[in-house]
Amino acid sequence: MKSYVQIENVQMSFATRQGEFVALKDIDLKIERGEFITLIGHSGCGKSTLLNLIAGLLLPTAGVMLCADREIAGPGPDRGVVFQNHSLLPWLTCFDNVYLAVERVFGATENKAQLQQRTKEALALVHLTHAEHKYPHEISGGMKQRVGIARALSMQPKVLLMDEPFGALDALTRAHLQDELMKIVAATNSTVVMVTHDVDEAVLLSDRIVMMTNGPAATIGEILAVDLPKPRNRLALATDAHYHALRGGVLEFLYQKQARKAA
Amino acid sequence: MKARRFLAEHILPPLLGLGMFVLIWGLVSQTSANLPGPVKTWDSAVILFSDPFYQNGPNDQGIGWNVLASLGRVGVGFGLAALIGIPLGFMIGRFDFLNKMAAPIVSMLRPVSPLAWLPIGLLVFNASNPAAIWVIFISSIWPMIINTAMGVRQLPQDYLNVARVLNLSEWKVFTKILFPATLPYMLTGIRLAIGTAWLVIVAAEMLTGGVGIGFWVWDEWNNLNVEHIIIAIFIVGIVGLLLEMMLIQIAKRFSY
Repeated sequence: MKSYVQIENVQMSFATRQGEFVALKDIDLKIERGEFITLIGHSGCGKSTLLNLIAGLLLPTAGVMLCADREIAGPGPDRGVVFQNHSLLPWLTCFDNVYLAVERVFGATENKAQLQQRTKEALALVHLTHAEHKYPHEISGGMKQRVGIARALSMQPKVLLMDEPFGALDALTRAHLQDELMKIVAATNSTVVMVTHDVDEAVLLSDRIVMMTNGPAATIGEILAVDLPKPRNRLALATDAHYHALRGGVLEFLYQKQARKAA
Repeated sequence: MKARRFLAEHILPPLLGLGMFVLIWGLVSQTSANLPGPVKTWDSAVILFSDPFYQNGPNDQGIGWNVLASLGRVGVGFGLAALIGIPLGFMIGRFDFLNKMAAPIVSMLRPVSPLAWLPIGLLVFNASNPAAIWVIFISSIWPMIINTAMGVRQLPQDYLNVARVLNLSEWKVFTKILFPATLPYMLTGIRLAIGTAWLVIVAAEMLTGGVGIGFWVWDEWNNLNVEHIIIAIFIVGIVGLLLEMMLIQIAKRFSY
């Protein structure tokens, strides 16, 4: 069976004033349906670039990228993106922000009541029904990010792409949202690709952790399969030896094999 | 207690300022034979405002009609400028090529005093009223073009990425993202434009004549009715202030 997302021999370079800058090269990755993948690496390793390539916001300079057997030729609603800074439109309520996405994907085939129902369901999934008529500036950072997740999920994307979605949040809110995300992913059986720089987050959430070498010309260094049983519980894992072994593996890669020279 | 504090902090200072202004005005008028003092001006204003909407032929109308005539000209000239300037601003902001095309013209013509355009207006339209409107149009179009274009250019890339990821149609991008994001900038342009337009109308009407607050000032100068000139200054100031406050209220509703 073919993989759900297929990335073959992809290279990405940018034209700069100093000439061509190769950000990524020789990227090969196959993602199965329902898999949770995290991309981890030091900043500047091109993990966000790789995510943007899957999103179609960037097009590779070489190589092939397929999503559900179709070439990725640009952004599309089959790949829902959750942005790092939530990117909600400040002049629309939470409801309208999600509705905009729902309308785009299902507007041609469903009536208004059904679209509104879908919007409500997406907001209920992230427990924000009570805030649907609030504007983004009236809610907390964690809530904004949840609306961003609801917007991405409401489109019923084939793949959910998340670019350091919890990076800007405090540790407690982050843990809370990670738990919620685990439940949502289990309930919707979503395929997820997530960029993170948080080792604990990567081990807690992933089925596989894709560790990237330092740029320029970054590539995939190692892939670590996280074979912890699901559902996972952060408290139980805190004393789990296997969890710590996996965590140690990622740390070793980041701070020994790919140690950064002091900046 | 609370009411007294509010009084002391927000009501007292402006009242004190206005009081001192009137006092100095009164003192200065004592030293000059021609400059009427506050009391004389007030008496004259009471008579003037007791019948603001009388009509004794085309050259002798109440102050209300004069103000409305000026506001009407500003409204038409300003409306036309918005109709042309705002779409033009969107296009200049969206397409760099157009921006580079328009930049030299805008930067060259913007500093020109709007009144310099009056003779051209008189020449082209062969009538004073459209010429005055033309001057308002030309004075208020620049801030609208420049601010709208700036708003479009400042659109955060994040919002455009949302549009791309959702694959929104051009129309949706415009109505849901481009227009609302640009609106605060546009309103700033409109506010600047209406301020300039109201400044310019008095001068333009002095030159073109007819009914209007500007010509009324000129008329009263010819009649040597200095009280009325001072009253006109207050009216122009207060109407300008009201226009500004109205637009600030509108702008407040659309700020995020």
